[in-house]
Amino acid sequence: MSFISNFSNLLGLGRMGRAGKSGDMAKSRLTLAIAHDRTDISPGTIENMRHDIIDVIKKYAEIDEEHIELDLENDKSNGYFALVASIPVMKVRRTRGSL
Amino acid sequence: MASRVIVVTSGKGGVGKTTTTANVAAALAEMGNKVVAIDGDVGLRNLDVVMGMENRIVYTLIDAIEGACRLNQAVIRDKRVENLYMLPTAQSRTKDAVTPQQMIDVCNELRKDYDYILVDCPAGIEAGFKNAAAGADEALVVATPEVSSVRDADRIIGLLEAMEKSPIRLIVNRIRRDMVKRGDMLGVSDVLDVLAIDLIGMIPDDEAIITSANSGILLTASSGSPASRAFKNIAARVAGEDVPFMNLDSNESAGIFHRIKTMFGF
Repeated sequence: MSFISNFSNLLGLGRMGRAGKSGDMAKSRLTLAIAHDRTDISPGTIENMRHDIIDVIKKYAEIDEEHIELDLENDKSNGYFALVASIPVMKVRRTRGSL
Repeated sequence: MASRVIVVTSGKGGVGKTTTTANVAAALAEMGNKVVAIDGDVGLRNLDVVMGMENRIVYTLIDAIEGACRLNQAVIRDKRVENLYMLPTAQSRTKDAVTPQQMIDVCNELRKDYDYILVDCPAGIEAGFKNAAAGADEALVVATPEVSSVRDADRIIGLLEAMEKSPIRLIVNRIRRDMVKRGDMLGVSDVLDVLAIDLIGMIPDDEAIITSANSGILLTASSGSPASRAFKNIAARVAGEDVPFMNLDSNESAGIFHRIKTMFGF
Protein backbone atom coordinates (compact mmCIF):
# COMPACT_ATOMS: atom_id res chain seq x y z
CA MET A 1 0.00 0.00 0.00
CA SER A 2 2.85 2.31 0.68
CA PHE A 3 3.71 2.06 -2.98
CA ILE A 4 0.29 3.28 -4.00
CA SER A 5 0.22 6.03 -1.42
CA ASN A 6 3.47 7.29 -2.82
CA PHE A 7 2.36 7.03 -6.42
CA SER A 8 2.10 10.79 -6.56
CA ASN A 9 5.84 10.87 -6.20
CA LEU A 10 6.09 9.21 -9.57
CA LEU A 11 5.42 12.49 -11.29
CA GLY A 12 7.76 14.46 -9.13
CA LEU A 13 11.08 15.63 -10.32
CA GLY A 14 14.28 14.17 -8.96
CA ARG A 15 14.84 14.39 -5.23
CA MET A 16 17.51 16.60 -3.86
CA GLY A 17 20.88 14.96 -3.56
CA ARG A 18 22.69 14.96 -0.24
CA ALA A 19 25.77 17.05 0.19
CA GLY A 20 29.24 15.85 0.98
CA LYS A 21 29.64 15.47 4.77
CA SER A 22 30.48 11.89 5.65
CA GLY A 23 28.08 11.93 8.60
CA ASP A 24 25.21 12.68 6.21
CA MET A 25 26.40 9.99 3.83
CA ALA A 26 26.47 7.55 6.74
CA LYS A 27 22.89 8.39 7.62
CA SER A 28 21.50 8.06 4.11
CA ARG A 29 23.42 4.85 3.39
CA LEU A 30 22.35 3.35 6.69
CA THR A 31 18.71 4.28 6.17
CA LEU A 32 18.72 2.46 2.85
CA ALA A 33 20.67 -0.58 4.07
CA ILE A 34 18.38 -0.98 7.06
CA ALA A 35 15.30 -0.55 4.90
CA HIS A 36 16.49 -3.47 2.78
CA ASP A 37 17.40 -5.50 5.88
CA ARG A 38 14.02 -5.00 7.51
CA THR A 39 11.88 -5.67 4.48
CA ASP A 40 14.11 -8.43 3.19
CA ILE A 41 13.83 -7.01 -0.31
CA SER A 42 17.14 -7.34 -2.09
CA PRO A 43 18.59 -4.61 -4.27
CA GLY A 44 18.18 -7.05 -7.17
CA THR A 45 14.45 -7.31 -6.57
CA ILE A 46 14.21 -3.53 -6.49
CA GLU A 47 15.99 -3.45 -9.83
CA ASN A 48 13.47 -5.90 -11.31
CA MET A 49 10.58 -3.82 -9.96
CA ARG A 50 12.16 -0.78 -11.45
CA HIS A 51 12.16 -2.33 -14.92
CA ASP A 52 8.55 -3.45 -14.60
CA ILE A 53 7.37 -0.07 -13.30
CA ILE A 54 9.17 1.72 -16.12
CA ASP A 55 7.39 -0.49 -18.65
CA VAL A 56 4.02 0.42 -17.17
CA ILE A 57 4.71 4.14 -16.92
CA LYS A 58 5.98 4.19 -20.50
CA LYS A 59 2.51 3.23 -21.68
CA TYR A 60 1.26 6.57 -20.41
CA ALA A 61 4.14 8.96 -20.56
CA GLU A 62 7.56 9.59 -22.00
CA ILE A 63 10.00 9.41 -19.15
CA ASP A 64 13.65 10.09 -18.59
CA GLU A 65 14.84 6.56 -17.92
CA GLU A 66 18.35 7.67 -17.05
CA HIS A 67 17.21 9.68 -14.04
CA ILE A 68 14.73 7.38 -12.36
CA GLU A 69 15.18 6.84 -8.63
CA LEU A 70 13.42 3.98 -6.90
CA ASP A 71 14.25 3.15 -3.30
CA LEU A 72 12.88 2.06 0.01
CA GLU A 73 12.67 4.92 2.45
CA ASN A 74 11.85 5.20 6.11
CA ASP A 75 8.59 7.13 6.37
CA LYS A 76 9.00 8.61 9.83
CA SER A 77 5.46 9.95 10.06
CA ASN A 78 3.98 6.47 10.31
CA GLY A 79 6.98 4.27 11.03
CA TYR A 80 6.62 2.23 7.84
CA PHE A 81 8.91 1.81 4.93
CA ALA A 82 7.79 3.34 1.70
CA LEU A 83 8.81 2.47 -1.80
CA VAL A 84 9.50 5.91 -3.19
CA ALA A 85 9.96 6.52 -6.88
CA SER A 86 11.05 9.65 -8.61
CA ILE A 87 10.44 9.41 -12.34
CA PRO A 88 11.06 12.50 -14.47
CA VAL A 89 8.20 12.81 -16.98
CA MET A 90 9.08 14.36 -20.34
CA LYS A 91 5.62 14.29 -21.89
CA VAL A 92 2.30 12.66 -21.05
CA ARG A 93 0.84 10.64 -23.92
CA ARG A 94 -2.61 11.72 -25.12
CA THR A 95 -3.96 8.29 -25.91
CA ARG A 96 -3.94 6.45 -22.62
CA GLY A 97 -2.87 2.88 -22.69
CA SER A 98 -1.77 2.76 -26.31
CA LEU A 99 1.74 1.67 -27.05
CA MET B 1 10.45 -3.77 44.32
CA ALA B 2 10.27 -6.51 41.72
CA SER B 3 13.65 -7.56 40.36
CA ARG B 4 14.51 -6.62 36.82
CA VAL B 5 16.63 -8.65 34.44
CA ILE B 6 18.25 -6.49 31.76
CA VAL B 7 20.34 -7.80 28.87
CA VAL B 8 23.05 -5.48 27.51
CA THR B 9 23.52 -6.26 23.84
CA SER B 10 24.58 -4.78 20.50
CA GLY B 11 24.89 -7.27 17.68
CA LYS B 12 28.33 -5.98 16.71
CA GLY B 13 31.34 -6.74 18.86
CA GLY B 14 33.65 -4.18 20.41
CA VAL B 15 31.13 -1.39 20.89
CA GLY B 16 31.18 -1.36 24.68
CA LYS B 17 28.71 -3.94 26.01
CA THR B 18 30.98 -5.22 28.76
CA THR B 19 32.09 -1.76 29.85
CA THR B 20 28.49 -0.59 29.90
CA THR B 21 27.31 -3.65 31.83
CA ALA B 22 30.02 -3.22 34.45
CA ASN B 23 29.67 0.52 34.93
CA VAL B 24 25.87 0.71 34.84
CA ALA B 25 25.75 -2.20 37.31
CA ALA B 26 28.18 -0.34 39.60
CA ALA B 27 26.22 2.90 39.32
CA LEU B 28 22.98 1.09 40.17
CA ALA B 29 24.71 -0.49 43.17
CA GLU B 30 26.03 2.90 44.33
CA MET B 31 22.42 4.09 44.28
CA GLY B 32 21.70 1.46 46.94
CA ASN B 33 20.40 -1.38 44.79
CA LYS B 34 21.66 -4.93 45.11
CA VAL B 35 23.02 -5.72 41.68
CA VAL B 36 24.58 -8.73 39.97
CA ALA B 37 26.24 -8.55 36.55
CA ILE B 38 26.32 -11.86 34.68
CA ASP B 39 28.94 -12.61 32.04
CA GLY B 40 26.91 -14.11 29.20
CA ASP B 41 29.87 -14.60 26.89
CA VAL B 42 30.79 -18.26 27.44
CA GLY B 43 34.30 -18.96 26.15
CA LEU B 44 35.25 -15.29 25.71
CA ARG B 45 34.66 -13.93 29.16
CA ASN B 46 35.77 -10.38 29.93
CA LEU B 47 33.43 -8.96 32.51
CA ASP B 48 35.79 -10.37 35.15
CA VAL B 49 38.83 -8.39 33.95
CA VAL B 50 36.86 -5.20 33.33
CA MET B 51 35.52 -5.40 36.89
CA GLY B 52 38.92 -6.36 38.31
CA MET B 53 37.76 -9.74 39.61
CA GLU B 54 39.68 -12.13 37.36
CA ASN B 55 41.78 -13.49 40.22
CA ARG B 56 38.82 -14.31 42.40
CA ILE B 57 36.94 -16.79 40.22
CA VAL B 58 36.52 -20.22 41.78
CA TYR B 59 33.25 -21.39 40.29
CA THR B 60 31.38 -20.15 37.22
CA LEU B 61 27.86 -19.93 35.90
CA ILE B 62 28.49 -23.17 34.01
CA ASP B 63 29.59 -24.98 37.19
CA ALA B 64 26.38 -23.85 38.86
CA ILE B 65 24.26 -24.98 35.90
CA GLU B 66 25.98 -28.35 35.87
CA GLY B 67 25.51 -28.79 39.60
CA ALA B 68 29.22 -28.60 40.52
CA CYS B 69 28.36 -25.78 42.96
CA ARG B 70 25.43 -23.76 44.21
CA LEU B 71 24.60 -20.61 42.26
CA ASN B 72 25.53 -18.32 45.14
CA GLN B 73 28.97 -19.95 45.38
CA ALA B 74 29.75 -18.77 41.85
CA VAL B 75 28.72 -15.16 42.54
CA ILE B 76 31.62 -12.86 43.50
CA ARG B 77 31.17 -9.79 45.67
CA ASP B 78 32.86 -6.57 44.56
CA LYS B 79 35.22 -5.34 47.28
CA ARG B 80 35.11 -1.70 46.23
CA VAL B 81 31.44 -1.12 45.43
CA GLU B 82 28.96 -2.17 48.05
CA ASN B 83 25.96 -4.19 46.83
CA LEU B 84 27.71 -5.07 43.55
CA TYR B 85 28.22 -8.70 42.52
CA MET B 86 29.46 -10.52 39.44
CA LEU B 87 28.65 -13.97 38.11
CA PRO B 88 31.49 -15.12 35.85
CA THR B 89 31.15 -17.62 33.04
CA ALA B 90 33.51 -20.37 31.91
CA GLN B 91 36.43 -19.52 29.66
CA SER B 92 37.22 -23.07 28.52
CA ARG B 93 33.72 -23.88 27.27
CA THR B 94 31.54 -22.89 24.32
CA LYS B 95 28.13 -21.32 23.86
CA ASP B 96 26.37 -24.69 23.82
CA ALA B 97 27.33 -25.28 27.47
CA VAL B 98 24.12 -23.36 28.30
CA THR B 99 20.54 -23.54 27.07
CA PRO B 100 18.04 -20.67 27.05
CA GLN B 101 15.92 -22.48 29.64
CA GLN B 102 18.90 -22.80 31.97
CA MET B 103 19.55 -19.07 31.68
CA ILE B 104 15.90 -18.36 32.46
CA ASP B 105 16.19 -20.56 35.56
CA VAL B 106 19.41 -18.86 36.69
CA CYS B 107 17.89 -15.40 36.26
CA ASN B 108 14.77 -16.40 38.14
CA GLU B 109 16.80 -17.77 41.03
CA LEU B 110 18.83 -14.54 41.19
CA ARG B 111 15.64 -12.47 41.25
CA LYS B 112 15.10 -13.69 44.81
CA ASP B 113 18.26 -11.94 46.02
CA TYR B 114 18.95 -9.03 43.68
CA ASP B 115 17.15 -5.87 42.59
CA TYR B 116 18.90 -5.75 39.22
CA ILE B 117 20.39 -8.55 37.16
CA LEU B 118 22.40 -7.28 34.19
CA VAL B 119 23.45 -9.79 31.55
CA ASP B 120 26.48 -8.96 29.39
CA CYS B 121 25.61 -10.46 26.01
CA PRO B 122 28.14 -11.79 23.50
CA ALA B 123 28.36 -10.29 20.02
CA GLY B 124 26.39 -11.95 17.27
CA ILE B 125 22.82 -13.12 16.84
CA GLU B 126 23.33 -16.83 17.38
CA ALA B 127 23.11 -19.13 20.41
CA GLY B 128 25.17 -16.89 22.70
CA PHE B 129 22.82 -13.97 22.14
CA LYS B 130 19.73 -16.12 22.49
CA ASN B 131 20.98 -17.59 25.78
CA ALA B 132 21.95 -14.22 27.21
CA ALA B 133 18.64 -12.64 26.25
CA ALA B 134 16.46 -15.58 27.25
CA GLY B 135 16.06 -14.69 30.92
CA ALA B 136 15.81 -10.92 30.43
CA ASP B 137 12.72 -8.77 30.75
CA GLU B 138 14.20 -5.75 29.05
CA ALA B 139 17.23 -4.70 26.99
CA LEU B 140 19.85 -2.01 26.68
CA VAL B 141 21.21 -1.85 23.13
CA VAL B 142 24.68 -0.33 22.82
CA ALA B 143 25.71 1.20 19.51
CA THR B 144 28.53 3.45 18.40
CA PRO B 145 27.82 6.15 15.78
CA GLU B 146 29.20 4.01 12.95
CA VAL B 147 27.33 2.45 10.06
CA SER B 148 28.26 -1.13 10.91
CA SER B 149 27.28 -0.78 14.55
CA VAL B 150 23.98 0.99 13.86
CA ARG B 151 23.00 -1.54 11.22
CA ASP B 152 23.73 -4.44 13.57
CA ALA B 153 21.84 -2.66 16.35
CA ASP B 154 18.81 -2.50 14.09
CA ARG B 155 19.00 -6.24 13.52
CA ILE B 156 19.32 -6.96 17.24
CA ILE B 157 16.41 -4.64 18.04
CA GLY B 158 14.25 -6.63 15.62
CA LEU B 159 15.21 -9.88 17.33
CA LEU B 160 14.63 -8.44 20.81
CA GLU B 161 11.20 -7.18 19.73
CA ALA B 162 10.37 -10.65 18.42
CA MET B 163 11.39 -12.03 21.84
CA GLU B 164 9.01 -9.48 23.41
CA LYS B 165 11.64 -7.74 25.52
CA SER B 166 10.33 -4.42 26.78
CA PRO B 167 11.49 -1.75 27.09
CA ILE B 168 14.34 -1.88 24.57
CA ARG B 169 16.42 1.26 24.97
CA LEU B 170 19.44 2.63 23.20
CA ILE B 171 22.83 3.74 24.48
CA VAL B 172 24.99 5.62 21.99
CA ASN B 173 28.58 5.04 22.97
CA ARG B 174 31.92 6.48 21.98
CA ILE B 175 30.62 9.78 20.68
CA ARG B 176 33.31 12.12 19.42
CA ARG B 177 32.15 15.68 19.75
CA ASP B 178 34.76 17.07 17.41
CA MET B 179 33.78 14.71 14.59
CA VAL B 180 30.04 15.25 15.05
CA LYS B 181 30.68 18.98 15.10
CA ARG B 182 32.31 18.96 11.70
CA GLY B 183 29.71 16.61 10.26
CA ASP B 184 31.93 13.57 10.03
CA MET B 185 30.13 11.42 12.58
CA LEU B 186 26.50 10.44 12.98
CA GLY B 187 24.91 12.53 15.71
CA VAL B 188 22.73 10.95 18.39
CA SER B 189 19.63 12.36 16.71
CA ASP B 190 20.70 10.75 13.43
CA VAL B 191 21.09 7.35 15.11
CA LEU B 192 17.69 7.75 16.77
CA ASP B 193 16.10 8.69 13.43
CA VAL B 194 17.45 5.54 11.85
CA LEU B 195 16.71 3.11 14.68
CA ALA B 196 13.47 4.60 16.00
CA ILE B 197 13.82 3.41 19.60
CA ASP B 198 14.03 5.28 22.90
CA LEU B 199 17.35 6.68 24.03
CA ILE B 200 18.57 6.00 27.55
CA GLY B 201 22.09 7.34 27.39
CA MET B 202 24.92 8.96 25.49
CA ILE B 203 28.52 8.17 26.36
CA PRO B 204 31.37 10.32 25.10
CA ASP B 205 34.54 8.76 23.77
CA ASP B 206 36.57 9.04 26.96
CA GLU B 207 40.09 7.83 27.67
CA ALA B 208 38.98 7.14 31.23
CA ILE B 209 37.09 4.09 29.91
CA ILE B 210 40.34 2.54 28.70
CA THR B 211 42.36 3.42 31.79
CA SER B 212 39.55 2.10 33.97
CA ALA B 213 39.59 -1.23 32.14
CA ASN B 214 43.40 -1.26 32.31
CA SER B 215 43.31 -1.07 36.08
CA GLY B 216 40.13 -3.07 36.63
CA ILE B 217 38.73 -0.23 38.72
CA LEU B 218 35.26 0.76 37.62
CA LEU B 219 34.71 4.33 36.42
CA THR B 220 31.87 5.09 38.74
CA ALA B 221 34.10 4.53 41.74
CA SER B 222 36.54 7.22 40.63
CA SER B 223 33.84 9.50 39.19
CA GLY B 224 34.31 12.88 37.63
CA SER B 225 35.10 11.81 34.07
CA PRO B 226 32.52 12.57 31.38
CA ALA B 227 31.92 8.85 30.80
CA SER B 228 31.33 8.15 34.47
CA ARG B 229 28.71 10.89 34.58
CA ALA B 230 27.11 9.31 31.53
CA PHE B 231 26.96 5.89 33.21
CA LYS B 232 25.48 7.40 36.36
CA ASN B 233 22.79 9.11 34.30
CA ILE B 234 21.98 5.86 32.53
CA ALA B 235 21.68 4.01 35.84
CA ALA B 236 19.39 6.72 37.20
CA ARG B 237 17.18 6.49 34.11
CA VAL B 238 17.12 2.69 34.35
CA ALA B 239 15.93 3.13 37.94
CA GLY B 240 13.11 5.34 36.66
CA GLU B 241 14.52 8.75 37.51
CA ASP B 242 13.77 11.50 35.06
CA VAL B 243 17.25 12.72 34.20
CA PRO B 244 16.91 15.17 31.32
CA PHE B 245 18.93 14.82 28.14
CA MET B 246 20.25 18.27 27.59
CA ASN B 247 18.95 19.78 24.36
CA LEU B 248 18.12 16.48 22.78
CA ASP B 249 15.11 17.66 20.82
CA SER B 250 15.02 15.65 17.63
CA ASN B 251 14.49 18.50 15.26
CA GLU B 252 14.61 17.07 11.75
CA SER B 253 16.14 20.13 10.20
CA ALA B 254 18.60 20.53 13.03
CA GLY B 255 21.76 22.11 11.85
CA ILE B 256 25.25 21.83 13.09
CA PHE B 257 24.66 24.04 16.11
CA HIS B 258 21.86 21.86 17.29
CA ARG B 259 24.16 18.87 17.08
CA ILE B 260 26.85 20.57 19.11
CA LYS B 261 24.35 21.39 21.83
CA THR B 262 23.10 17.83 21.70
CA MET B 263 26.57 16.58 22.49
CA PHE B 264 26.81 18.38 25.80
CA GLY B 265 23.95 16.50 27.37
CA PHE B 266 25.12 12.92 27.61
